[in-house]
Amino acid sequence: MAQAATAGHDDAHAHTPPFFQRWFNSTNHKDIGTLYLLFAFSAGIVGAFLSFGIRMEMEQPGLQYFSNPQTYNVFVTGHGLIMVFFMVMPALIGGFGNWFVPLMIGAPDMAFPRMNNISFWLTVAGFASLVCSLFVEGAPGAVGAGTGWTVYPPLSTVGHPGPAADFAIFALHLAGAGSILGAINFITTILNMRAPGMTLHKMPLFAWSMLVTAFLLLLSLPVLAGAITMLITDRNFGTTFFDPAGGGDPILYQHLFWFFGHPEVYIMILPAFGIVSHIISTFSRKPVFGYLAMAYAMVAIGVVGFVVWAHHMYTVGLTLQTQSYFVFATMVIAVPTGVKIFSWIATMWGGSIRFTAAMHWAVGFVFLFTVGGVTGVILANAAVDRYLHDTYYVVAHFHYVLSLGAVFIIFAGVYYWFPKMTGRIIPEWAGKLHFWLAFIGANVLFFPMHFLGLAGMPRRYADYPDAFAGWHYVATMGGHIFALGMVVFVIGVVLAFRSKERAADNPWGEGATTLEWTLSSPPPFHQYETLPVIVDEPAHAH
Amino acid sequence: MGMARAQHRPASRGVWGRAAGLAAAGLAIAGLLGGATAASAAGIGQPVPWQMDLQQPVTEVATEIYNFHHLLNWIMLVIVLFVLGLLIYCIVRFNERAQPTPSRTTHNTTLEVAWTIVPVLILVAIAIPSFRVLRTQLSDPRADLMVKVIGHAWYWSYEYPEDVGGFKFDANLLEGEDQVKSGQPKLLATDNEVVVPVNKIVKVQVTAADVLHSWALPSFGFKIDAIPGRLNQFWFKAEREGTYHGQCSELCGQRHAYMPITVKVVSQEAFQAWTAEAKTKFARTDGASRFADAR
Repeated sequence: MAQAATAGHDDAHAHTPPFFQRWFNSTNHKDIGTLYLLFAFSAGIVGAFLSFGIRMEMEQPGLQYFSNPQTYNVFVTGHGLIMVFFMVMPALIGGFGNWFVPLMIGAPDMAFPRMNNISFWLTVAGFASLVCSLFVEGAPGAVGAGTGWTVYPPLSTVGHPGPAADFAIFALHLAGAGSILGAINFITTILNMRAPGMTLHKMPLFAWSMLVTAFLLLLSLPVLAGAITMLITDRNFGTTFFDPAGGGDPILYQHLFWFFGHPEVYIMILPAFGIVSHIISTFSRKPVFGYLAMAYAMVAIGVVGFVVWAHHMYTVGLTLQTQSYFVFATMVIAVPTGVKIFSWIATMWGGSIRFTAAMHWAVGFVFLFTVGGVTGVILANAAVDRYLHDTYYVVAHFHYVLSLGAVFIIFAGVYYWFPKMTGRIIPEWAGKLHFWLAFIGANVLFFPMHFLGLAGMPRRYADYPDAFAGWHYVATMGGHIFALGMVVFVIGVVLAFRSKERAADNPWGEGATTLEWTLSSPPPFHQYETLPVIVDEPAHAH
Repeated sequence: MGMARAQHRPASRGVWGRAAGLAAAGLAIAGLLGGATAASAAGIGQPVPWQMDLQQPVTEVATEIYNFHHLLNWIMLVIVLFVLGLLIYCIVRFNERAQPTPSRTTHNTTLEVAWTIVPVLILVAIAIPSFRVLRTQLSDPRADLMVKVIGHAWYWSYEYPEDVGGFKFDANLLEGEDQVKSGQPKLLATDNEVVVPVNKIVKVQVTAADVLHSWALPSFGFKIDAIPGRLNQFWFKAEREGTYHGQCSELCGQRHAYMPITVKVVSQEAFQAWTAEAKTKFARTDGASRFADAR
């Protein structure tokens, strides 16, 4: 196409824009993906620093590091918001989604490259707003927003008169706007730009997972945006949407928030479901077992995920009938999730499995996600949640599905696709050592939190009765082990860039059947100048 | 296979190492879960060090939660061990040394139907007791005593109705020497206690004056959010005399961790003696402070 017009440039591949043009005004999906990954890593460092503060404080009862417990609340809030909106989502959706959806479906780029750029920079602006909130007054006499990531009123309205809460809310607005634009981009790209012959039922599962995720983003984020806009007007312009003194209701906010918030947890885990399918298939040297069931299980999880939100609200005073419905609907989600777990195992079954670093992370994920899944079924029962709601049991549960779920697959994806993205090779020993430190560390960190919750330890406490000290100490030690793993990760990446070794186009062999492995490592600046034609489906062989 | 293993000793050891690692982690988790289930309930009215289980229940609701949770815990333990077993089998049996040529199987309708139907059956088996326990919790029985609870940043205040004296008081955290003298645990002791009679249905009406709070008492299986503009209601019938502790369970700002809940369950006679004293000791409720109709 373009080559015909610019015949003088015989090598269009090498013709990359100058630095500022390339990285600040980027319209290239791979460069934007790289930006998202670097951004997610940087934000993750900040989020991890905050969690380090939390774990250090919780190591012993009493106040060791936070003379003002409100500062602890600010750390908890910042940790949650950063990890959700500025680490997991940018890494899985903006990072891997941007990089590999076009490559896997045989598209030259995303449908709206300029919108892709603004999506990224809105996310960065959101993060900047959140960081600003840490340094301005929130609650009287303390800096930062200590509202929890849920930003429940009235704590986020009358409880935080200072501008910190406004900055935090604007952070969500900006990140949310970026995500909505990104979602529109993914939906358009996937529905319109698949290579000739690639029907939806031949599309790789990661692209499927991103399609479902994009619809969840598109339908849920506007609801969050509405809810937090009402917070802004309650805070600043005298409205009373959530203030009973003017006829409002704080519970309205909770319904709106969780109508977004529950799909949000699937937004964080569905892309991981897609990635883990490819990794297990590649290293088992077998096609994914039950491809269609795998795809439609994700669709089912996405659809049902929209009608279960009030299981976060069992203690607000819902009627018996309402609680019963949400118990029922929530448990339904366990069925498609079970289909996925068993299909991953069936993909391994009969395979010829090569235990690379990426495969370690993927298999570890299947086990740990199962643990997090079954505690989710326990919490789904309103009868038991009466006891466990807002205790450390919930903290344990969602860290098993997110920290040991989504985050494990972020690392699995890095080890799997690093050779493709950079042309370099992270030493296998580093990936495996990193895995074992993370696997042991995260379990030592989060498993004892189940016991704390069962014993009655409430969440978001800067200080606690002496009886909880033992398991908190163990958890903090686990956190140190996990942090050590991160050091190994950084060493692995540094070694990869120092080494002269270069990755082959397909370093993983015959099991890697998706289109990105047909390109060079790293892929050319513009790929598929002749569109690939899908003859027989690679992901759905008989 | 034996020869193959001899030729690739290091790799083979790696496979067993991975399987052993996963197995060790899994068994540790299973052991801990099992331990949690088997261990006798520890801590009456308060947590104890290294506790791994729910607090000892002292109401019907809490007992039902306790037993139902143990049932769930065993079911989940079996599921986790089943998945773990399958994974370990795959690691050992289907690694590239043991299985150089992969199969191409991608479908098995019977199996796929089975792993859809069996979880459905398990969930139905869970749902039946779940709804039964939920019905008990929300049965809203006729109250013998009403107590109104108001959450403030950062303390609780309580109001007793006219028929037992019509008084109100605040309950603040006991700190320093006062806490040591009280003999009650740190961060769980309050200066004034809620006193209720044993074996009587106590209905608690909860609201908040400023931000959200949540009135929670683990050994009663009790938790209900305190919400400005709403009057929430839940009940308990304590079956054993004693002192029971809970903590605020909805993030409410700076001193969220410092507004504990202490309930003293006493005999009917002791309760009457206490209300007689409380009537003179505490402020009277004004006429405007009414209780919603108790059924």
